[in-house]
Amino acid sequence: MSSIIEIKNLSFAYGDGDDGIGETVLDGISLEIEEGSFTAVLGRNGCGKSTLAKHFNCINLPSGGSVCVLGMDTADEKNLFRIRSQAGMVFQNPDNQMVAALVEDEVAFAPENLGLEPEEIRRRVDEALETVGMSEYALRPSAGLSGGQKQRVAIAGVLAMKPKLIILDEATAMLDPKGRKEVMSAVTKINRMQGAAVVHITHYMEEAALADRVIVMDGGRIIMDDTPRRVFSRTEELKAVGLNVPQVTYAAHELKKAGINIRTDVLTVEELYRELTALRK
Amino acid sequence: MIKDITIGQYIYGTSPLHKLEPWVKIVLTLVYAAVVLMLKAPAAYAVYFAFTAAAVLISTVPVKMLLKGLKPLIWLFAFTSVFNLFLTPGEPLCSFRLGALAVSISRAGIKASVLLALRLTLLVMGTSLLTLTTSPLQLTDGIEKLLKPLAGIKVPAHEIAMMTSIAIRFIPTIGEEADRLMKAQKARGADMESGGIFKRARAMTPILIPLLTSAFRRADELAVAMDARCYGGGKRTRMKVTHAGRRDAAAAAVLAAVSAAALIAGII
Repeated sequence: MSSIIEIKNLSFAYGDGDDGIGETVLDGISLEIEEGSFTAVLGRNGCGKSTLAKHFNCINLPSGGSVCVLGMDTADEKNLFRIRSQAGMVFQNPDNQMVAALVEDEVAFAPENLGLEPEEIRRRVDEALETVGMSEYALRPSAGLSGGQKQRVAIAGVLAMKPKLIILDEATAMLDPKGRKEVMSAVTKINRMQGAAVVHITHYMEEAALADRVIVMDGGRIIMDDTPRRVFSRTEELKAVGLNVPQVTYAAHELKKAGINIRTDVLTVEELYRELTALRK
Repeated sequence: MIKDITIGQYIYGTSPLHKLEPWVKIVLTLVYAAVVLMLKAPAAYAVYFAFTAAAVLISTVPVKMLLKGLKPLIWLFAFTSVFNLFLTPGEPLCSFRLGALAVSISRAGIKASVLLALRLTLLVMGTSLLTLTTSPLQLTDGIEKLLKPLAGIKVPAHEIAMMTSIAIRFIPTIGEEADRLMKAQKARGADMESGGIFKRARAMTPILIPLLTSAFRRADELAVAMDARCYGGGKRTRMKVTHAGRRDAAAAAVLAAVSAAALIAGII
């Protein structure tokens, strides 16, 4: 598989003052994201995970090193719109990223910006709303929707550009559990069925457990980069950087400490259940 | 409470009036208003009144809604009518003394005050029909199309329309936030309903300031989100393209015919 994003020795600092020294947020990050993959990025507040994600679609530009999206350098201004149409981003606050009053107009915004033909826009809007399960709301005002519904509309708005990569920048942070579930099932569906790569920045370990790969950041560096199973088995190390493991994993970990001989790298309730029932035999 | 504010007074419908192309409707309303101001003879008023009544019937807008639009103007009506009644010169029909003041009512005065009230009614009803049958977004679209020819003299037609539609989109969001802030202040014992106008205005400060700062934050985030979806890249297209059609031409023709009839009636 080929890489959709290639980051080489990226560093980034905010506020380049007169002395040329800003606050360093990212410090020597090298990373590749593969086409069609599902990556979760974890880390406590201020670890630089959002700043990193904003490099994927040219909202932030590197202070040092390089970021290439589909082989295009983000520092080169003439790539800007092609990169942004290939790497769509969904933001944290559902209310503050909606442009239009009606759901279908909102989804049409990006393809309209791309200058597509009206019939093509209509086709993409209907398709995108269908994918996130919001077709019946097409003509409703977005103001009356729940948080989860608004975020699904926002995802549809990005999907209508037919991007190769969807970046969720803490897109579930302001949602209730039901809304989070809705959004995650839409995202996994898009990833599996349409093959779009997903980078999901989150605080929720249960969501990260759905990914193929988990990246843990701390202090502007990547400190872990592995499958969720292997990352979450390192409970103590995660605790040291202010992160928890999913509750089931934690339960398994504590049971093991109490002397019960089970695997500790479980990620779902079903897995833990299987482990425990196996003990009885 | 605040979040229940409706912008405009659009009533959803599928009448021929609703289906007119927005920019055509705006132009026709302007022409209509101009002609109303030129009406002279009572016969001309009669023609125009019948035309307006027919338009109201076609629009399927409840007459009650139209009358509601007239209500706030009732003082203006009373005021101007009274002035016209007493101050129009002409042969007095009756005269009496109010203290040291000699007051007389003339035939011309009666006529002038009745026609003025009618003229104002026609104006308000005609323009209300526009806002009652056109959603704010359609209006914005219409204004954008009307301003487009002015792009040559650097009138940013698209930007004006985009700003207006974003403003409309954020009214419920910011209304909700104002509601939340008010509740939060009340929960801390703020008193916003008693006292004179100045006291109440001062009590609003703790709501307006956070509302304003958050509006700036929202604007900032929205700008980034718009950038992320390639806004401002190149030529922008629209999903919903509408063109003025036969229906619009017919509406323009009817208005032209009625206006001509009314104006000629005024001359004869």
